[in-house]
Amino acid sequence: MKFGILVNEGPFNHQASDSAYQFAKAAVAKGHQVMRVFFYYDGVNNANKLSEPQSDDRNIVKLWGELGKAHKIDLVVCVAAGLRRGIKEQVLAEGFRISGLGQLSEVGIAADRMLTFGD
Amino acid sequence: MSEEVVFDTQGIVKKFMFVNRKAPYGTIYALEILESVLISAAFEQDTSVAFLDDGVFQIKKGSDTKDSGMKNFTNTYRALAGYDVEKLYVEKESLEARGLTPEDLIVKVQVLPAAELGKLMAEQDVLITG
Repeated sequence: MKFGILVNEGPFNHQASDSAYQFAKAAVAKGHQVMRVFFYYDGVNNANKLSEPQSDDRNIVKLWGELGKAHKIDLVVCVAAGLRRGIKEQVLAEGFRISGLGQLSEVGIAADRMLTFGD
Repeated sequence: MSEEVVFDTQGIVKKFMFVNRKAPYGTIYALEILESVLISAAFEQDTSVAFLDDGVFQIKKGSDTKDSGMKNFTNTYRALAGYDVEKLYVEKESLEARGLTPEDLIVKVQVLPAAELGKLMAEQDVLITG
């Protein structure tokens, strides 16, 4: 099955990003495809390369980048939501790209299932 | 930055429902989900919007943000019809629990009991919540 994922919350502050990551990891492990993860609202903070969690904790930004690279998952940060929160090219972590909200509509149309992670 | 990826969406029209559950100005969810409603409509999808819980306050008449310094975007809901987004649903229970009636709202909506709204949600291809 082809999945699209929407992440509505930032890392660490909320479990949404962790849950989305665990879902995406499990889905690809079962042979499904995750076409795109779209980061919206505070979810754009998942792409901030300046994020530096303590060494005994998970590094969510890095984990997403690695998963995206390993399984060709398109990691898209919303440009408008990003600009509001200072997530621009200069701080964008490896594996992510910045684009418009049309990318959310597009994956909603193209995927078999669209999942939202947030409140 | 990673390379652009494009999916083929030509000729596909899906049922998109945006589910608004939060009050308009306490958090940013209402403002940002509204931006995605407009984009979805621009993609010529079968777009509808549901208001429930405190989300019903998003379309209440008389909002005034002047003293809070926030941008007032309530009138944008009036523009939805111009984007062919005419299916606006409000959950009956949420409206009543807040002492509101359809006359208190700035746009024309269809008021549905939770059970019926649930059925409508089950018919959708994509649900986007915020």
